[in-house]
Amino acid sequence: MKRTLLSFLAIAAMSATAMAADIKPAIIYDLGGKFDKSFNEAAYVGAEKFKTETGIDYRDFEIANDAQREQALRRFAKDGNNPIVMAGFSWAASLEKVAADYPETDFAIIDMVVDAPNVRSVVYKEQEGSFLVGVMAAKASETGTVSFIGGMDIPLIRKFACGYKGGVLATNPDAKVLEAMTGTTPDAWNDPVKGGEITKSQIDQGSDVVYAAAGGTGIGVLQAAADAGKLGIGVDSNQNGLQPGKVLTSMLKRVDVAVYNAFMDAKDDKFSYGFSSLGLAEDGVDYAMDEHNADLVTDEMKAAVEAAKADIIAGKITVHDYMSDNACPY
Amino acid sequence: MEYFDTLIVILQSTIRVSVPLILAALAGLYSERAGIFDIGLEGKMLAAAFAGGAAASVFGSAFIGLCAAVFVSVCLAIVHGFASITQRGNQIVSGVAINFIALGATVILGQAWFRQGGRTPQLRDGERFTTVELPFAAELADIPVLGSIYSNLLSGHFLLTYLAFALVPFTWWVLYRTRFGLRLRAVGENPGAVDTAGISVTWMRYRAVICCGILCGVAGAYLSMAMTAGFVKGMTAGKGFIALAALIFAKWKPVNVMFACLLFGFLDAMSIRMQGNPLPFIGMVPVQFMQALPYLLTVILLAGFIGKAIPPRAGGVPYVKER
Repeated sequence: MKRTLLSFLAIAAMSATAMAADIKPAIIYDLGGKFDKSFNEAAYVGAEKFKTETGIDYRDFEIANDAQREQALRRFAKDGNNPIVMAGFSWAASLEKVAADYPETDFAIIDMVVDAPNVRSVVYKEQEGSFLVGVMAAKASETGTVSFIGGMDIPLIRKFACGYKGGVLATNPDAKVLEAMTGTTPDAWNDPVKGGEITKSQIDQGSDVVYAAAGGTGIGVLQAAADAGKLGIGVDSNQNGLQPGKVLTSMLKRVDVAVYNAFMDAKDDKFSYGFSSLGLAEDGVDYAMDEHNADLVTDEMKAAVEAAKADIIAGKITVHDYMSDNACPY
Repeated sequence: MEYFDTLIVILQSTIRVSVPLILAALAGLYSERAGIFDIGLEGKMLAAAFAGGAAASVFGSAFIGLCAAVFVSVCLAIVHGFASITQRGNQIVSGVAINFIALGATVILGQAWFRQGGRTPQLRDGERFTTVELPFAAELADIPVLGSIYSNLLSGHFLLTYLAFALVPFTWWVLYRTRFGLRLRAVGENPGAVDTAGISVTWMRYRAVICCGILCGVAGAYLSMAMTAGFVKGMTAGKGFIALAALIFAKWKPVNVMFACLLFGFLDAMSIRMQGNPLPFIGMVPVQFMQALPYLLTVILLAGFIGKAIPPRAGGVPYVKER
């Protein structure tokens, strides 16, 4: 009897370790780094949430340059990590190669579509979230001029700009929207000095609400806007707390949800493939309200934004997707 | 009048973005005039920016941040000096090494100390430099043209900005009107003659390299503690190399260095301002063109217009007493 019990225990213990070994989730961040207070940090938050809820540890890695991409990914796949989540569109090229070599491993990529049988691609309708902050910016602006600062000049960032412009002009057709990109190389994601300089230039041209979709550069943008007594709008994560009382709101991109879901689905053994596009209706994008911006956002602004949100979800407003035709009609 | 206001705004921006270039290029000037080529300006600035941001946030004082920035930059400069003066190593290799060390070490240390992905914590007011208004700036603002130039263009900058511009005539004076400057230039042209006169070439060159370190330190502190509030990895974004280009462009002369840096700064400010706005007479210019302009200009002007840029004759050559 005792022996049977012991063997039962042993089997149980073994199967428990087997279960835990079954899933070895991993996440790899993009160049901005884990604590960029923006895109990558949102991914980190999702992974941490999974860890606290399930107790399953995960591996993560921050690449230091582009050359490490394929190497890091291959290494993780070789070590038997499964699933592997990649944050950032720049992973696509490496993933296409590695996914074919490791058909048993599940991959998930955020912000880009990779067409492979073992890859889940998650993209966001950033234009919808940007539309909402555009509505709020137009309401908050006193000068009638608002502006946008992007990081690297790529279609994805133009998508933010286009949605924002749409939201501003839908609310105030006479408003002027200034647009600028920080640069054309990946350096543009980490250049707060230039970001601040562009902000000052735009403020001189009359802008009083500046929306930054520029990774680490955005920190300089929000700082310069706050220094000048104007309002900034954060992106990806909730950046309202970076300059309390000077950040109107943040366009939330729920990267954390995508990471969490990928890990969770793998754990529950129901990892799905193909691509999904998360918008307002799927809670993939949103705008941020917290104690830091409560005094800035009036009830009227909030009502306007909520109305726009409801209209978009109901399909009464369709926000143009820049990436569908590489043009912005607004 | 609207064009005039725009011009003032662009010039104001020009001054802001030129300051780190001027400081770094003057730093390079001291070093290269003494015969030590320094392509590690970028690395020293980056390390200084990090040290400044870190120290200012830990000790809560902008002044301590500036001291830390200068200290770290001088340390790296001495490393460069040790490699290329005492050990007679290749100056280019040593400079490149310093750039790489700074790029990696700032992120690793930042991550280890502050856990914010290689950034330093955001500096609050009092931990960073603030702008100063010149006397009577507000009163004189209403005078047409001159008032606007005084109160908008000249007033309202950081103390470090005024320091940078004051350093230009100061450097000229040091180089051309003092004994130290004469010897410094001589050491870069003909170290053998200096040695014959009974002056230590090694000590002279070390002093030049230390001057370089101090100025790079100030440039770094300006980036992380004046223009922004905190260090972000790789925030120098190639400014050290642009400063180097400006130095060559200016033929290693202090006043020319200032104008070269202002020109590069002006092009930068223009490219920022012109994004999305058409230029008068020309129309829409692609941003990429404006961003490439400083580099294009360097090549074109160096190739044909300003004549040959002749570096100090003993530049890059380690001094050996006896052959």
